[in-house]
Amino acid sequence: MIHSLFLINHSGDIFLEKHWKSVISRSVCDYFFEAKEKAVDPEDVAPVLQTPHHYLITIYRGKLFFLSVVQTEVPPLFVIEFLHRVADTFQDYFGECSESVIKDNVVTVYELLEEMLDNGVPLATESNVLKEMIRPPTILRSVVNTLTGGSNVGNTLPTGQLSNVPWRRAGVKYANNEAYFDVIEEIDAIVDKSGTTVFAEIQGVIEACVWLTGMPDLTLSFMNPRLLDDVSFHPCVRFQRWESERALSFIPPDGNFTLMNYHVSSQNLVAIPVYVKQSISFFESGPCGRLDITIGPKQTMGKMVEALMVKIHMPKAVLSVNLTATQGSHTYDLPTKVLVWDIGRLNPQKLPNLKGSLSLQAGAPKPEDSPSLNIDLKMQQVAISGLKVNRLDMFGEKYKMFKGVKYVTKAGKFQVRT
Amino acid sequence: MSTVALYNDQGGAEAAVEGLETSSSTSGAAFGLFSADFKKNEDLKEMLESNKDSLKLEAMKRVVGLIAKGKNASELFPAVVKNVASKNIELKKLVYVYLVRYAEEQQDLALLSISTFQRALKEPNQFIRASALRVLSSIRVSIIVPIMMLAIKEAAADLSPYVRKTSAHAIQKLYSLDPNQKEQLIEVIEKLLKDKSTLVAGSVVVAFEEVCPDRIDLIHKNYRKLCNLLVDVEEWGQVVIISMLTRYARTQFTSPWTEGAMFDENSEKAFYENTKSLLQSRNTAVVMSVAQLYWHLAPQHEVNIVTKSLVRLLRSHREVQYIVLQNIATMSIQRKGMFEPHMKSFYVRSTDATHIKTLKLEILTNLANEANISTILREFQTYVKSQDKAFAAATIQAIGRCATNISEVTDTCLNGLVLLLSNRDETVVAESVVVIKKLLQTQPTQHSEIIKHMAKLFDNITVSMARASILWLMGEYCDRVPKIAPDVLRKMAKTFTAEEDIVKLQTVNLAAKLYLTNSKQTKLLTQYILNLGKYDQSYDIRDRTRFIRQLIVPNEKNGALNKYARRILLAPKPAPVLESAFKDRDRFQLGTLSHSINSKAAGYQELSDWPAVAPDQSVRNVEVIEPVQEWAPLVGKTKKPKSTEKFYSDNEEEKEEEGSESSEGSSSSSSEESDSESEEQSSEESDKTSSDSGKSSSGSEKSSSESESEQKKKKKTKKAPKKNGKTAAAFSDSDENGNGPAARDGSTSADSSSGSETDSEDEDSDSDAPPTQQQKKSDVKSKPKVKGKSEKEVSLLDLDDFSPAPTNAPKSSVVSSSLLSDLEGLSLSNTSSTMQVTTPSFGPVKTYELLHHMTGKGLSAKYHFPRQPCLYQPSMVAVQVTLTNSSDHSLEEIHIGDRSPASLNIHCFNTIERLEPEASVTVSMGIDFSDSTQAANFQLCTKEDQFSVSIQPAVGELLMPSTLTEQDFSTEQGKLLGMNETSATVTMATASASSQAVTTQVLSVANVGVVSSGQSSLHRFAGRTVSSGALVLVSLEPKESSAALLTINTDKSVMASMLLRDLKQALALA
Repeated sequence: MIHSLFLINHSGDIFLEKHWKSVISRSVCDYFFEAKEKAVDPEDVAPVLQTPHHYLITIYRGKLFFLSVVQTEVPPLFVIEFLHRVADTFQDYFGECSESVIKDNVVTVYELLEEMLDNGVPLATESNVLKEMIRPPTILRSVVNTLTGGSNVGNTLPTGQLSNVPWRRAGVKYANNEAYFDVIEEIDAIVDKSGTTVFAEIQGVIEACVWLTGMPDLTLSFMNPRLLDDVSFHPCVRFQRWESERALSFIPPDGNFTLMNYHVSSQNLVAIPVYVKQSISFFESGPCGRLDITIGPKQTMGKMVEALMVKIHMPKAVLSVNLTATQGSHTYDLPTKVLVWDIGRLNPQKLPNLKGSLSLQAGAPKPEDSPSLNIDLKMQQVAISGLKVNRLDMFGEKYKMFKGVKYVTKAGKFQVRT
Repeated sequence: MSTVALYNDQGGAEAAVEGLETSSSTSGAAFGLFSADFKKNEDLKEMLESNKDSLKLEAMKRVVGLIAKGKNASELFPAVVKNVASKNIELKKLVYVYLVRYAEEQQDLALLSISTFQRALKEPNQFIRASALRVLSSIRVSIIVPIMMLAIKEAAADLSPYVRKTSAHAIQKLYSLDPNQKEQLIEVIEKLLKDKSTLVAGSVVVAFEEVCPDRIDLIHKNYRKLCNLLVDVEEWGQVVIISMLTRYARTQFTSPWTEGAMFDENSEKAFYENTKSLLQSRNTAVVMSVAQLYWHLAPQHEVNIVTKSLVRLLRSHREVQYIVLQNIATMSIQRKGMFEPHMKSFYVRSTDATHIKTLKLEILTNLANEANISTILREFQTYVKSQDKAFAAATIQAIGRCATNISEVTDTCLNGLVLLLSNRDETVVAESVVVIKKLLQTQPTQHSEIIKHMAKLFDNITVSMARASILWLMGEYCDRVPKIAPDVLRKMAKTFTAEEDIVKLQTVNLAAKLYLTNSKQTKLLTQYILNLGKYDQSYDIRDRTRFIRQLIVPNEKNGALNKYARRILLAPKPAPVLESAFKDRDRFQLGTLSHSINSKAAGYQELSDWPAVAPDQSVRNVEVIEPVQEWAPLVGKTKKPKSTEKFYSDNEEEKEEEGSESSEGSSSSSSEESDSESEEQSSEESDKTSSDSGKSSSGSEKSSSESESEQKKKKKTKKAPKKNGKTAAAFSDSDENGNGPAARDGSTSADSSSGSETDSEDEDSDSDAPPTQQQKKSDVKSKPKVKGKSEKEVSLLDLDDFSPAPTNAPKSSVVSSSLLSDLEGLSLSNTSSTMQVTTPSFGPVKTYELLHHMTGKGLSAKYHFPRQPCLYQPSMVAVQVTLTNSSDHSLEEIHIGDRSPASLNIHCFNTIERLEPEASVTVSMGIDFSDSTQAANFQLCTKEDQFSVSIQPAVGELLMPSTLTEQDFSTEQGKLLGMNETSATVTMATASASSQAVTTQVLSVANVGVVSSGQSSLHRFAGRTVSSGALVLVSLEPKESSAALLTINTDKSVMASMLLRDLKQALALA
């Protein structure tokens, strides 16, 4: 299936290669470089490329390309999903997925890749199973290892692979038993020029962090599960219980994991937390334009809007900006033509405003297109859909656990057209 | 060995292999050139040869670093390979990494390590065995192929499923190393396919797909097992299995898409149910594979359930979006309805990558229809203004497509496009011109204004494609713009030399066309242009010019062609069709690489077309695991009305369902009627199951083994009523036995011989005879066989069933399945002679109300008599109850409570744990009415409430059809005269009621069998009471005009009179 993997950095250097079958020369990547050359943005490179003898399936994560080589028919999503799982694993192990971190931990990376695939077929991809075999590096351990010549490879055998709950390692013990759930909702919206919502929906995810001793069997129920329209689960969730009772019943993996993703039914009207009054115009005469943006609260469910940020991809002709903001700071990055206005907390009494002039390249025609605004924001302690966790029960273990649920609403792909 | 050191990093594989030859002979002191790299590696070598593990480990880490960077570290091979047996696990693992990477280049040295692995293969620890096999099979050295083969075979029989999984992976490795081993490997695959561990299933299917994807026959016997295991297989395995099963299903089942298609409920329904829950997988590849499964296999109305899940995937990573959008694009061409409600999810954001934008645009265009076109066009207007010019151009093309597809908006689109002509951006203008040209071609009549407008813009347009398009339009419709066209040509004559080739060609074209239509004004211009063209640099243009000149300017040589010049140049041209780039993509299986790149990838397996006739279904019958009921209990399953052709399969399906429903319950119900034999068996079975599977949870194991044994018992008991018919048939076949039918009845109702007969049937089915043959066979030999086999030890016979199976797989299920299929064969063979006439009794099913939803607080219940032998006890009448929840909350614990009279023998359905709002469930129960029409009263309870209900059977439902020949019928009738005969004259609605109508009416009232009769006018029916098995004979003799004499002979005189009354009423309608 997956024949080889090449990790390529932003500037096009191959800094790691791994082959699961016979070795394929790295010259195969030239086809990819050719496509990358043509694309304006690294994101524009097609994920599937055909070369005379191979097929290249690539993902772009954290400014790195994960390029896999396949020789025969295989579902492309299979490979893509796997590559993302690899990137997730790196993230999980090293805290980030970047070139420097991978280079620093090249041995662990290699060991991981060795365990994750056998002959190109995924073998162990569960984080809990992998961590049993290869311990993630910590500062303490790496110091100890250098002194004693110890290793990161676990001495225990990967028994988790055999259990009925492969995602959970056996013999977990904690002094404090804790389970935290973060309900994070993102608003995806397109708002048109006049301020009407063209499209809006809510996507949610429940991230869990569970440190519990033994084999706890948890049941998480909602006050209003009917809100959930479409869901996907971590394999630990018993689907049949969900079908019959709309409750999440599961034996959790140890540590951090994504319990479920959901989509709120589109019948429910989506509350849009902020409104934007904007005008961006370019003058017919003279190479300049004007920009005036005001943001105000709309439906905030009584919560504070925080981490408000506006990103604008300016037309190519815009050379520089001369703007003043009543709140927050703004920057204009010339090479990418991105204007970022970092507002911070939204004060309903004194609405933030950004105003000023734009100067264009002399002689360039007036830009036809008006840029769209991408809004970023955060609201603590509220799930905008109104979803609420009812209770969390534990079976199978006797001890008391500390449990906590946190709600956050964020802007997902929130775009205001101008 | 150190000669290898001569080659530095850049040496590559060939150098290393060359070096190897010398390296094996020379060992010891180093010599050669000392490069920087060499020194470094020398240092590593020292570390590797030291005694300290920490130094070795450090060295190995650096070596792995070299490998990762793609540097050549092959000269360290001898030093590294020595550490293969190290005690330090990490060191060992790193050595494995190295070994696998370089073994192919250093074959001889690699052999040194083999014995270590061979030893490790015998380790008691399963993980060590597995890892040894993993590395051993990864060493690509052809000399060890026999060793690998042996190791794989051994590992395939290993007790540990993990080791077996590893062996499945090793199969592919060995196959790629030496394809000649194919035959032997297929044997191993065949063996591993039978494995019941979820760990193995995915891996072995991968091996199957790689080694022998065409050996569909290997899947037959494992099909149902794979379907049932699917949910518990790890996610990567799920993808592969689903994809393989899709291919399998397309070769084995008939199309569910054709009108009145038959659905192989057993095989497919369960499969869909199992896969449906996988749509909720977090793994996008799994979701996609289920989606493609539904797309390629499911009946039309079921496909829509994948929509939401696919749309959900659009929230995932960019690459996932790309693939999913491609697939949606293909789907949306054929079925707009699927994605139309989610149209807004395909709206483009300015931050999307270009290829994502283009795909979304494609989908939006596919979804456009009269209703939503205005919304879509408004959206498109935004896109046209996009900064991404390639995308803006694609949008214009999309508008063009909408305009051609939806005639209502053609004018609007055209006007919009004309407005775009004054856009400042060149690409937008050019694209608009091109699209307008195509649109005008479809309906040129009214649009001379637009052509004039374009002519005006002509001077400002610089993109050659756009200029060429305008010129072509001028030429094509020059009669509509008679004044402007020559003027444009005049302008072109001035700038001809400076134009691009494509514009020049169109100028020549325009000139030629004008010359033909308006030679007065343009003759000179044309000649001028043709002269310019004659000396052009491009041979294409010179060529075209020469051709045109010959064509249009008459001279003596080409007179013949000249006549046709007008027809050639000004022929009406078909309008171009604007269609999607995804139009024919569905020739590839969705979700595949081939679909994504739109060309056949290496190793792509075509999806075959549905077979016209389904291949033998019984090939899959051998191994049936009763599906572990993991999903909600049969929610919303309703029976389809039966048609005559479906008799066989529906019948089977129903029994299966009933079996599975009741198997959900506790074992208590089974214990009451258990006999020693089946108990023995069930314990045996559960032993086997539990010892085998380390995977499935013990709970489900138990329940499945219970269900198996229980089901088996049911089969046994079900036998009895069937036997009634059976023996009767046998009797009629072989009359020389001369036994009275009454005596025979007595012997059959006793359970003693039925068990043995069942067993004899088992054997039949084990031999691979197709069902039809089997029916005949059993028809012929059933009688003697019963006698012969009945002496045999019953349990021994059962063991016969186990013996052919491999020891590691519990075959408990085999028995039940073959039993099942046997019963089918049996029932069919009984009725085969009368089947044609009896089947209508399965047609009109009268449904009676048991509980109205008003009185039932939302719970409503209806019942009907399926007219099938009751599964639970032969003396019971089968009743099917459909429970529907019409309240707005779910109902829990629906069960049967107190009953009256208390003596009433009811086999209850098992408690329904939960019934969702709007859901309904059909359960079956058995009631022993003791041949009386007294109502069975009982309470239907939910968690909160109790409702008294009663089932009052019509007298006709207390009968079972009985098959008699005409002769037997007369004999029997002769015995039931006098008191036992009741008769009446009935008046039928019409004098000449067809015999078909009469039959239908009688069968609608009573569950009796038709006795084929020599006299067409005389109708005879025979049945037996369910409880006591007393014969009931009905005969109808037409008298003058519409009257007929109805006679009923039975010793149950009360029943006779009631039946007579019912029949009288019914026949009045015939």
